[in-house]
Amino acid sequence: MATTWVFVEETEEGPATVGLELLTKARAFGGELAALYLGAGSDEHFAALGAHGASKVFHMAPSDLLPTASAAAAIADLAGQHSPDLILFGLTYTDRDIAGRLSARMGKTILSNATEISVDGGAVTVTNEIFGGMTLVDTTFESDAPYLVIARAKAFVAEESGGGAPEVESVAMPDVGHSGSARVTASHAERLEGPKLEEAAIVVAAGRGIGAEEGFAVINELAMKLGAATGATRAIVDAGWVPYSKQVGQTGKTVKPDVYIAAGVSGAMQHLVGMKDSKVIIAIYKDEEAPILGISDLGIVGDLHKVLPKLIEALSNR
Amino acid sequence: MRVAVCVKQIPDPASPYDLDPETHFVVRPTDQVLDDTDRYGVEIGLQLAEQTEGTVTLISMGPSGNLQGIRQALAMGADKAVIVDDASLQGSDSLATAGVLAAAIKREGFDLVIAGTESTDGYAGILPQQLAELLEVPALTFAKKVAVEGDTVKIERQTQTGYDEVESPSPALVSVTAGAVEPRYPTFKGIMQAKSKPVDTVTAGDLGVDVATKQKIVSIRPAPERASGELIEDDGEAHLKIVALLEQAKVI
Ligand SMILES: Cc1cc2nc3c(=O)[nH]c(=O)nc-3n(C[C@H](O)[C@H](O)[C@H](O)COP(=O)(O)OP(=O)(O)OC[C@H]3O[C@@H](n4cnc5c(N)ncnc54)[C@H](O)[C@@H]3O)c2cc1C
Ligand SMILES: Nc1ncnc2c1ncn2[C@@H]1O[C@H](COP(=O)(O)O)[C@@H](O)[C@H]1O
Repeated sequence: MATTWVFVEETEEGPATVGLELLTKARAFGGELAALYLGAGSDEHFAALGAHGASKVFHMAPSDLLPTASAAAAIADLAGQHSPDLILFGLTYTDRDIAGRLSARMGKTILSNATEISVDGGAVTVTNEIFGGMTLVDTTFESDAPYLVIARAKAFVAEESGGGAPEVESVAMPDVGHSGSARVTASHAERLEGPKLEEAAIVVAAGRGIGAEEGFAVINELAMKLGAATGATRAIVDAGWVPYSKQVGQTGKTVKPDVYIAAGVSGAMQHLVGMKDSKVIIAIYKDEEAPILGISDLGIVGDLHKVLPKLIEALSNR
Repeated sequence: MRVAVCVKQIPDPASPYDLDPETHFVVRPTDQVLDDTDRYGVEIGLQLAEQTEGTVTLISMGPSGNLQGIRQALAMGADKAVIVDDASLQGSDSLATAGVLAAAIKREGFDLVIAGTESTDGYAGILPQQLAELLEVPALTFAKKVAVEGDTVKIERQTQTGYDEVESPSPALVSVTAGAVEPRYPTFKGIMQAKSKPVDTVTAGDLGVDVATKQKIVSIRPAPERASGELIEDDGEAHLKIVALLEQAKVI
């Protein structure tokens, strides 16, 4: 692959982890590697991009406008000048917004939900998982470069390459008129306690089986005992019992902890794709038919309100 | 306000669908249901139309079958539907689909377009953004709340850590998350009325669009299987098994 670009959004902790994962992956393709960086930026952040393999950074600084339409226009212009072969995005909100607009702007198809990207000469094959990860689908492009791909978080592991500081080129955010007129008037962040869901060694996740919002207390208590992060199915996020930031699955976070404890989770396809690569999976549920059993190392048919308090007690007595 | 809501008919997720071994396309039965995630978009569309004395037009692409899914949305209260049913569009990628939907929406005229954030069967999750770019309007995405005040559309946009308040002038596109509202159930009257509401079935040619799909599935294969584990019934001592496994995994 002659030239690969990776879109990387700035988060509170610096360059988005999924961006660093994609830079690491793209190093294996050979050729030129650049980051399209959206955020305030700093020498430290640029250095992190360099350390993960980017020799060049195109830096876009946002204003109070929702940056997506104008970032897509900026990237389309850059692509017109530099003719990259492959442009990679992560499966996050901002990435999807920009990738989708870019695709329509350039008239290029886009492959989403990638868990593997293979490059053979100039040809790119993208793999994604369907049926809750039971089946793999390989898809290729039937058009000319640049090829656009959106990959899932944690499909690849971020590793530094020892690369030095990249060359940084500042890119103006063009005025795209009405399309770009959405404005961010206020931001609200939830305060999260305990380890981060995506990074925790142990995750204790709850589903509708906890019965009610109050049922989450025992999940919190167990997580505290284990130093674990708490997760949730979409069913209890939609019910308003826990915030969206805890959602694991297709439309939530992807986790790969050492141990995943799922309590009162049936294991719908859309949940499984977010956690099935955990090293050890323990599930507690009531109906023997729950599909989560298919991927569990230990399946317990029982009442979580009986099993978990005893587990907490046993852990306290150690 | 003229609200266009993109809705998709999909095979009932309760009975797993198949992929055609030759074409790799989803095999679509005649009986298809309204994608559950689109019910949220329909509900928001109806609420905004009620508030502004407007109309709700459903826009859909795919084999119409017996229109069961479309009638579900009409029974909720939508005024009419336009469905693009054209065999040549089978297996379309997101961009081709967006091109077709954009042409249908433009022909109807719109102040606001509503779509789901991702469909249940395709879940590429980028069509709304492509559609917004083709319609040259702002995309207010991942909305968990939507309001219209005069010519301004305001949403709460889900973020990784919370939410942002985002607004733009109309016309605009909004993509809505499941859980944004409680979709209404069709009433008996609604179901009866849905039978006589206009459903306009058109082809790509009727809309004057010429789109091409630029991706191709080359193989479908089973994922490596995970060794199946132990299944036990809780006899009051199951927690000890968990402790043992946590010790074995060296996390306690
Ligand atoms: C486009 C799309 C995207 C989606 N994205 C996601 C996603 O990202 N993440 C996600 O999780 N879901 C997602 N879903 C939803 C998914 O399809 C399921 O509806 C959801 O995961 C089910 O959640 P659940 O397991 O909590 O509930 P249920 O399926 O209702 O399961 C509840 C389980 O609790 C057990 N139970 C009940 N009482 C007890 C008790 N006392 N003790 C122990 N067990 C008990 C039951 O046996 C059952 O197994 C998505 C759906 C769609 C259509
Ligand atoms: N064939 C279609 N017809 C109408 N709307 C669609 C179609 N495909 C996708 N959409 C809309 O776009 C959203 C995202 O779909 P997807 O890109 O398939 O995940 C869906 O929730 C629908 O609102």
